[in-house]
Amino acid sequence: MTQKLPATDVVIIGLGWTGAILAEALTRAGLNVVAIERGPWRDTATDFPTTYAQDELRYHIRHDLFLRPAQETMTFRNNAGQTALPMRTWGSFMPPNGVGGGGVHWNAETWRFLPTDFQLRSHLTQRYGAKFLPADMTIQDWGVTYDDLEPYYDRFEYLCGTSGKAGNIKGVKQDGGNPYEGARSREYPTPPQTQPYGPSLFADAARSMGYKPFPQPSGNLSQAYTNWLGVTLAPCTYCGFCEWFGCGNYSKASPQTTLLPVLVRRPNFEARTECEVAQINLDRSRKRATGVTYVDIDGRSWEQPADLVLLCAFQLFNVHLLLHSGIGTPYDPQTGEGVIGRNYSYQVTSSVTAFFDDKNFNPFISSGAIGMCIDDYNGDNFDHGPLGFVGGGYMGGVQTNGRPILTTSTPKGTPNWGPAWKKAVKENYLSTYQFVTHGSCYSYRDAFLDLDPTYTDRLGRKLLRITFDFHDNELKMSRYITDRLADIVEKLEPRTMEKNPRTGPYNSTVYQTTHTCGGAIMGSDPKTSALNRYLQSWDVPNLFVTGATAFPQNAGYNPTNTVCALAFWAADAIVNQYLKSPGPLVQA
Amino acid sequence: MSMRSTIAAALSLLVTSAACARAAPPVERAEIAHDHQSFEDIERGRYLATLADCTACHTEPGGKPYAGGRAIETPFGNLLAPNITPDIETGIGSWADDDFVNALQIGRSHGGTRLYPAMPYPYYTKMAREDILAIRAYLDALEPVYHPVHSNQLPFPFDIRASMIGWNWLFFTPGRFEPAAGKSDEWNRGAYLVQGPGHCGACHTEKNFLGGDKNSEALQGGTLQGWFSPNVTGNPRQGLGSWSVDDVVAYLKTGQNRIGAATGPMAEVISDSTSHLTDADLKAIAVYLKDQPSPPAPTTAMAADDPAMKAGQAIYKDQCAACHRDDGTGVPRIFPAMKGNPDVQSANPTTLIRVVLHGTQNVATPYAPTGAAMPSFFWKLTDMQVASVLTYVRNSWGNVAPAVSARDVSSGRAQQLSQGVP
Repeated sequence: MTQKLPATDVVIIGLGWTGAILAEALTRAGLNVVAIERGPWRDTATDFPTTYAQDELRYHIRHDLFLRPAQETMTFRNNAGQTALPMRTWGSFMPPNGVGGGGVHWNAETWRFLPTDFQLRSHLTQRYGAKFLPADMTIQDWGVTYDDLEPYYDRFEYLCGTSGKAGNIKGVKQDGGNPYEGARSREYPTPPQTQPYGPSLFADAARSMGYKPFPQPSGNLSQAYTNWLGVTLAPCTYCGFCEWFGCGNYSKASPQTTLLPVLVRRPNFEARTECEVAQINLDRSRKRATGVTYVDIDGRSWEQPADLVLLCAFQLFNVHLLLHSGIGTPYDPQTGEGVIGRNYSYQVTSSVTAFFDDKNFNPFISSGAIGMCIDDYNGDNFDHGPLGFVGGGYMGGVQTNGRPILTTSTPKGTPNWGPAWKKAVKENYLSTYQFVTHGSCYSYRDAFLDLDPTYTDRLGRKLLRITFDFHDNELKMSRYITDRLADIVEKLEPRTMEKNPRTGPYNSTVYQTTHTCGGAIMGSDPKTSALNRYLQSWDVPNLFVTGATAFPQNAGYNPTNTVCALAFWAADAIVNQYLKSPGPLVQA
Repeated sequence: MSMRSTIAAALSLLVTSAACARAAPPVERAEIAHDHQSFEDIERGRYLATLADCTACHTEPGGKPYAGGRAIETPFGNLLAPNITPDIETGIGSWADDDFVNALQIGRSHGGTRLYPAMPYPYYTKMAREDILAIRAYLDALEPVYHPVHSNQLPFPFDIRASMIGWNWLFFTPGRFEPAAGKSDEWNRGAYLVQGPGHCGACHTEKNFLGGDKNSEALQGGTLQGWFSPNVTGNPRQGLGSWSVDDVVAYLKTGQNRIGAATGPMAEVISDSTSHLTDADLKAIAVYLKDQPSPPAPTTAMAADDPAMKAGQAIYKDQCAACHRDDGTGVPRIFPAMKGNPDVQSANPTTLIRVVLHGTQNVATPYAPTGAAMPSFFWKLTDMQVASVLTYVRNSWGNVAPAVSARDVSSGRAQQLSQGVP
């Protein structure tokens, strides 16, 4: 029995980064906004205070901040010839849960994508010819350009107080910044974080080889900062409990430290937590969303009517709700037609582990986004012509943590347990450094999301099914950029060095990164995209979908800055265009 | 938590002996009928009601504004603040203007019933009749709310209202505010606001065992409900002497300034009252408070090599420095400084002990909306460790204050446990 509630102007599904950004913009515009969040309310002092936030067992090993697979999970297979099985514990990625979403437990790397990333197919085709791309690669242009998004990147960075050094201000190259980045309108809001020894060594070695190292842009702040909403963040303490953890020191940019203090004071904002949206409701025409149906923590079912529905959950769950609610045409890998579930992509990470005799890196002095990087092997910043692949990634010495349970790198050949293992951990803890790459993952015809035919969730809905594997292009790319990273590391003369390029098949049980992408992508053609350039559903114009769900493929960067820039871009389109004349913002 | 009750009732023993000793002063009569529809009066009344923070007691959490029912803790038992909406039956709708004026100026309610000084009439008595009638005009403009409240929840013998005859005789001096000669208009405006409607002394002046103000220690700090309301005189170490007028204004306006952040009962005073006042009034309050006398604070800090200081320093580095910084300077707008902070150097460490054990949250205002919080160390630090780290912060970076003992912490812990905190 579903009880119908009084209508509201806007209902937001999921109160993470993008839900909070849209809620702030739309309540400021005077609308009544109800945000419905599956997980609990979370705030710094009550949920991750400094007195116990740095608990690796609780948060990293036991996944305290994340969604429980028993509540919702998905099935996985590497290819359509296999039978997918449910993920019963999280592995390669960590679905967020609760107010703040992934913004609570991210590492806070705050990168912009390259201008060419947004026009990827046109750019690569123009430079290398259409035949250079694998036949089954389904990369697309985004329908927005870097220049369109620049003001919104800026808005997010100035919301967060991002610490970094510009490499290009209005077309003028800046010493010490990323020379490859798109032009930005001004300097970062705060200077870069102080770099520890490892990143400094990497930068020196890279510089000696002619590269242009620069500090990784960080949402863990180098100094106190008050943002454009009047909310203050504190300086980072370099404790190294960022990713997987909430920040107890108010120093990591998150919805809690940047937006929610203002939002909760607005009388036209309401959050309903521990309430799970079961489906988006459509009217008979199936061209208009009438609101959502959700289930509260006591299992009671409620209908929340709304004029505007904003789907702001985690990428995979956005696609799940679209498929389950029957919005848009599901993707068919046989024909390549349909758009919901199309172009699922991921991220290709790799590393080089170097063991030294004479160095002390103090790995525990760290922050999630500290580090010195180079961008010479990202995107199309280098000539792929002779290399036989496309894509790339940033690489560098980034010192995210030296936490006690999992910071146990030992040289190959060391036993996995016992006295010899303990001895090796002790000998290598301070003097080992893992240098990393963070690479692109392009989209393919056979990588997609759909509904599982066998398994259902606690609400009786079919689980989302992931069909995904790495392709040769990505594995070649990873080998190549991992080798280039190793060239730099070699300059540091380690005792031994191990290269760990990404290899196939994709293993869903081993943590890599939570950067799952695509499935309801944006674009300029409703035949190949689910959303128009404003993240508006082509099929249901009073529905907007945020998140990495909209990425046609993934670039060689962490996605959050782009996810949030797109949310601000969509918010402006809603406030300045849609509200004045509700309907499709782009004519197909 | 019930905030800001003022004070208390008296012993019934006093009643008979003191009953006839002093008669209530004659009530001033209005010369002309008051105009309850005047916009200027209603608006001025709204401001004055905010200034007097009527809502702090007369609005129940989650209840209708001014409809009463909030429990006011006193050392003698609880009182429920009455309904002051214009409801005829359960509010003050049937009161004549003079009834309302009497309530504020002489502590006598409609029909002559004696009020307990939890209603701060010992301060409101300073208020001018026209200011009181402006508040009345504002209250009359509110929606009447039917909400019966039985105010008197006190146990025998304190429930006998006649006992207040004796209390008033001992501790209550009725009479309007008189400007001090030789002081500026701003100073006198501040004096009026602090002594009258602002009733700052209700918390910031220590009480005697019958709940009367210790007038010789006015505004030098007082204890209530497990907090120590700090010294707000011009004392350079424990009071506002080291704060500029602008620092005081920022604190009252935003809950924060370059040194400290408001928490505890003051958080509610700021969000309900002072953050809504004009800058001119806040400045007047600051000028007056900074000019108030207080005995000198101690000047010699504990030696850095004292064992408690050394232990405290280690604990501070480990548990506190991430937010409050190694040099004790904190982070403005979010983490209070320890260095030079009057609250840290207060004569009475009750608040400090409470904050370390229980944790606390800064007031959130539109100007500093985060409301950053300090976590509880109740489970994490022993009495001795809390004592050491407090002794350290009270005697480092130029701070000077008496050491805190493990026994002080132990009794603070016991008091919090008895209150169900944390």
